[in-house]
Amino acid sequence: MKCDSARELFTALLDQEIGLHDAMTVEAHLRDCLACQVIYQEQKMQRTALQQQLTYFQAPAELAQRIKAALPSTPATSLSVTRRPRRWLNLSAIAASFMAVVISAGFYFMQPSATERLADEVIASHVRGLITNHLTDVASSDQHTVKPWFNGKLDFSPPVRDLTTEGFPLIGGRMDYLEHRAVATLVYRHRQHLISLFIYPAQTKVIPRVSSGITQNGYHLLNWSQDGMNYWLVSDVNLVQLQNFKVLLTSTTPNK
Amino acid sequence: MTEHTRRQRFETLLLPHLSAAYNLARWLVHKDADAQDIVQEAFLRAFRYFESFRGGNERAWLLGIVRNTCYDWFRQHRQHELHATYDEELHGHLHTDAQTTHSNPETILSQHDATQQLNRALSNLPLEFREVVVLRDLEGLAYKEIAVLMDIPLGTVMSRLARGRKQLAAYLQPHTVELCYEV
Ligand SMILES: [Zn+2]
Repeated sequence: MKCDSARELFTALLDQEIGLHDAMTVEAHLRDCLACQVIYQEQKMQRTALQQQLTYFQAPAELAQRIKAALPSTPATSLSVTRRPRRWLNLSAIAASFMAVVISAGFYFMQPSATERLADEVIASHVRGLITNHLTDVASSDQHTVKPWFNGKLDFSPPVRDLTTEGFPLIGGRMDYLEHRAVATLVYRHRQHLISLFIYPAQTKVIPRVSSGITQNGYHLLNWSQDGMNYWLVSDVNLVQLQNFKVLLTSTTPNK
Repeated sequence: MTEHTRRQRFETLLLPHLSAAYNLARWLVHKDADAQDIVQEAFLRAFRYFESFRGGNERAWLLGIVRNTCYDWFRQHRQHELHATYDEELHGHLHTDAQTTHSNPETILSQHDATQQLNRALSNLPLEFREVVVLRDLEGLAYKEIAVLMDIPLGTVMSRLARGRKQLAAYLQPHTVELCYEV
């Protein structure tokens, strides 16, 4: 592979959006070509820096209320008569939006497996926390406050770590129910994104691993088992950052 | 589905993505008030077409509607944005300015200024590059989702993203880049 063709694929390789064959070819080239290695590392740093430094604009608090108030409470069929469209809204615009709807509606549709059902449960728990504004039962960034809080509430002791210095501050913890049992949920934040980490003892039955992650409804999920515990990680933070977070969580086992 | 449960389902699925919608609109049209109007309109449209949403990534679905709503707004208010072409020369000059600033120790910027400058650089990127960077680097969508949403080939997503990031990289301070690398 020539340098030029390798460099064209750096962006896709960094974003893990590259086919296996291309990935292997580029990586092989990188092992042998110092000049490309330098450029690749530089692009990697730049990408991380951009994602960390660019501002993510949070919706103003009143916007949700405004939208709720504007949503019609009348049946959808009478919508066009009761609601006058905005001045700048024209028919072609409606058609254009409708196209987007039709295109994405055809996207992945499949029968749910046991793992997918569990994944749905995990996402539902996370989202429920977000929309009911009930993310934590105990709000603290101190692992020595959060960990004892679970004592007596659970029949196991979840490992709790604050990862503020690594960019993932602990927000708190709460109780949840997954697979018909009580589980510990730790909540972390990364930039403006919230991350839920579900922890419970691994049962005898094997849970299918989704090592590369599931993406559903805009949420990314990772699961794994370690030291007799099952872990589920869910967030709308981008998948690469979620994977980095998983590496942080699994690299050192706390409270040993 | 009754009207009540339909609305409940809509709010449960889509309101958690309100900030994503606002962030995209804000980056595309810049002003807070305009972005809020657009997001509200996009939610009303999404509600109207909600029946046709059959699953998949509802955030990507919503962002597609937000983007279309932004484009309608542009057609009405800022025709020129849609026809802006990529000016290699102009951006080349911006590049040089940024690098000169960085290499001069007297003008090393504070972290806050650096973020401001980077934000300004993204604001000034032509629309077609800006939206890809926002959808990928801030909203975390997959290339395929971006391709469907923007109705462009996967390869175009990748090349616009590469060029967009390259333009912005000039505004990163060398020392902040190194810091990020150490983490
Ligand atoms: Zn090379």
